[in-house]
Amino acid sequence: MNPLAHIGHFLTTRVDGAGYVCDLLVRTLRNLPRLRRRTRFMLDTAFNAGVRSLPVTMVVAAFAGAILAMQTGIELRRFGDTTVLGTITALSMCREMGPFITGVILAATVGSSIAAELGTMQVSDEVAALEVMSVDPVDYLVLPRVVALAVMCPLLTVLSNLIGIYGGSVIAESNLGVSPTLYWLSAREALTSSGMLLPKEVYVGLLKSFLFGIAIATVSCAAGLRASGGALGVGLAVQTAVRNSVLLIIVLGFVVTWFFYFLAG
Amino acid sequence: MIELRDVYKQLGTRQILAGLTLTVPKGMNFVLMGPSGSGKSVTLRHVIGIMKPDQGTVTVDGQNVPAMDRAQLMALRKRMGYLFQNGALINWLTVADNVALPLREHSRLPKSELDDRVHQALRVVKLDHAAAQFPPSISGGMKLRAGLARALVTNPEYVLYDEPNAGLDPIISHEIHELIIEVRNRLGVTGLIVTHSRACATQCGDRIGILENGKLAVTGTVDEMVHSDHPLARAFLGGGAD
Repeated sequence: MNPLAHIGHFLTTRVDGAGYVCDLLVRTLRNLPRLRRRTRFMLDTAFNAGVRSLPVTMVVAAFAGAILAMQTGIELRRFGDTTVLGTITALSMCREMGPFITGVILAATVGSSIAAELGTMQVSDEVAALEVMSVDPVDYLVLPRVVALAVMCPLLTVLSNLIGIYGGSVIAESNLGVSPTLYWLSAREALTSSGMLLPKEVYVGLLKSFLFGIAIATVSCAAGLRASGGALGVGLAVQTAVRNSVLLIIVLGFVVTWFFYFLAG
Repeated sequence: MIELRDVYKQLGTRQILAGLTLTVPKGMNFVLMGPSGSGKSVTLRHVIGIMKPDQGTVTVDGQNVPAMDRAQLMALRKRMGYLFQNGALINWLTVADNVALPLREHSRLPKSELDDRVHQALRVVKLDHAAAQFPPSISGGMKLRAGLARALVTNPEYVLYDEPNAGLDPIISHEIHELIIEVRNRLGVTGLIVTHSRACATQCGDRIGILENGKLAVTGTVDEMVHSDHPLARAFLGGGAD
């Protein structure tokens, strides 16, 4: 194949894949009124997603908070002002680190399992069986998963933020000599100084994680539903799901931050 | 009646169907045979509307399947059952829940009536004892029978069978054949059966057609085909077949 044809094929495949994901999301949203029929399955999926990713999210969040406090604290100590350590750790966790960590872990644990599950169903004709029974696979398989992750990702993010801030407090006290009272006071002040019920840092972070949940579930379902060619195809679907989910998490994270802190002020 | 007229279908670079024409009259079991990759399963998928032909028409009771919108396709599929090679059961549902799935999705039957219908379908395929089991814990033959129960639970007018005895031992195969015959005789269901098996073709079929190069190479009644001199008929239905 000549290089131009190769590039053309590459771009066509990517655009086709992106179009499929967008179409799948639109079809999922159109099916939202039918969610009541899928409540049980949606709750099961949400519970499984939470249970499966909770331990690793907590561990990673604790260490991320600790590393954040350590790196920031080293520099702050040089300027002799470690009193703002709680502020910086709390804001960074809520605004960026918490949603990002949770999203990546959900993509790796739940997203990959969704892609493998739907991919196996696709290559073993179970999805075709739903279609011939006039059961819409988007309504039956995709909708409950998308809603489950859209709900679970923000919930896990809240936990992740709290554990991350706590991880930072341990380092602040043990390595940087910041008293826990001062650390927690500055953290609380940073998150409540706006006087709003939900400070901007928190709601922007939660919005991000809500979008991450939708993106991870949609991308993973799309990868599974497009799987073909047996076990190899399922493996590729998992790879595609995790890769595209992480890419989307980074891009969406950037776009949301840019929108709320630069475009909308 | 199922009718395919001059159907062409290309998948990738391969021409799978090339002018296929076949008719399945009501109340009859039509057996479609042919070498692997000759387009037998693709033909079934055209009939149920999962695939659209590049050219030609596919009609069921005079309605053009490829031209149907989603609502029309759903209505058509409610009148059809489809038995997949491996049963294609949903793994996280029990056998009974798998069989109940099309009823739960499309009818507002009271639970007691729904349960009755499911257990009746399971009794027909002699699987009522396995109602509470999950697909990974049952044998291939049981999965196929559960798939058949699911295909029959909505009382379809047509059932499409994709390799109904693939990978099964002769005893289970014979049981499946008897079920297919019973479905035709007792319920008056029209069947389109894709198989490689001589036993399945001769026991279950009223007419047999053999695909080659994307179209029917030879077709006839079971008796005509068994005694045909056509090389493909001899290869698939002669004494050495199976």
